[in-house]
Amino acid sequence: MKTKYIILIVVMIALFIAPFVISPSANYSGADSAVEELITNQGYEPWFSPIWEPPSGEIESLLFALQASIGAIIIGYFVGFEKGKRAKK
Amino acid sequence: MHIMEGFLPHPWWEIWWMVSMVIVAYGVYRLSKVTTKLPEAKPLLALMGAFIFVLSALKLPSVTGSCSHPTGSGLAAVIFGPAIASVLSMIALLFQALLLAHGGLTTLGANTFSMGIVGPVVAYLIWVTCRKARLPTSAGIFLAVSLGDLFTYVTTSAQLALVFPTAAGFFDAFLKFGAIFAITQIPLAIGEGILAIFLFDFLAKYKGQLLSTMKVISLPITAHEQEGKE
Repeated sequence: MKTKYIILIVVMIALFIAPFVISPSANYSGADSAVEELITNQGYEPWFSPIWEPPSGEIESLLFALQASIGAIIIGYFVGFEKGKRAKK
Repeated sequence: MHIMEGFLPHPWWEIWWMVSMVIVAYGVYRLSKVTTKLPEAKPLLALMGAFIFVLSALKLPSVTGSCSHPTGSGLAAVIFGPAIASVLSMIALLFQALLLAHGGLTTLGANTFSMGIVGPVVAYLIWVTCRKARLPTSAGIFLAVSLGDLFTYVTTSAQLALVFPTAAGFFDAFLKFGAIFAITQIPLAIGEGILAIFLFDFLAKYKGQLLSTMKVISLPITAHEQEGKE
């Protein structure tokens, strides 16, 4: 069982290092924006724009971090709570 | 997989909104049924929502030299069924549309359809098939979650190709969008599948009784009973 987890963790780390080894000079922009570009190059004009946009890249990453941390807090709370409950018995 | 705000013209955005709302409405109905019947499943529901929140916030690098993010909705589908996964996905997408200008309100229907409906349905079907085939639980979770993730992006590619076919037609455009979306997604889908194994193993260990009541897994004892019934 333990070896299974070790293998999985190693695979996961490898997955996220591999890109930088394979294409070190790529710009790593979002696939979403790559597609956006492809469409606007065809001459399409979006007919509606976001009602609010993060004023800067910093604010955007703040909000992304907020989203991830909300999720991570809940997961951590759940895992800790269940482990603690089991340990008490 | 986010189709950006304003990138789906009339009548497409309305069509996807209508289709998605039907499923999400059914999901809300299922949600209220599950929470009244099994109040102890509520923390699990929060956990699945949280998993979607974390994963859909992470933009990860891929071998294609661009970044994309996993969806997290496959695991929710395995545990609560695809309709509830739709509701949870829509909440995460709404957060991103309003606060991050990522995706959009007009495209919320289409994005909910790919990440909240097709992805979860694929994940759920694969999970059920793997269980019928008696594959190991981890293999089932991995296949269900990663293929659910991947098919979300295949769906986005198809949705865009329908609206923006190239001169060579729908299929050519589908391949073009798919080359950007789906290929980038392959390593991320594998990563999401692995993460899901970790969380699911934890749940099977600590919440096995609840998961078995929800008929997600069968504990060794009840497995015999179920076989007897069949």
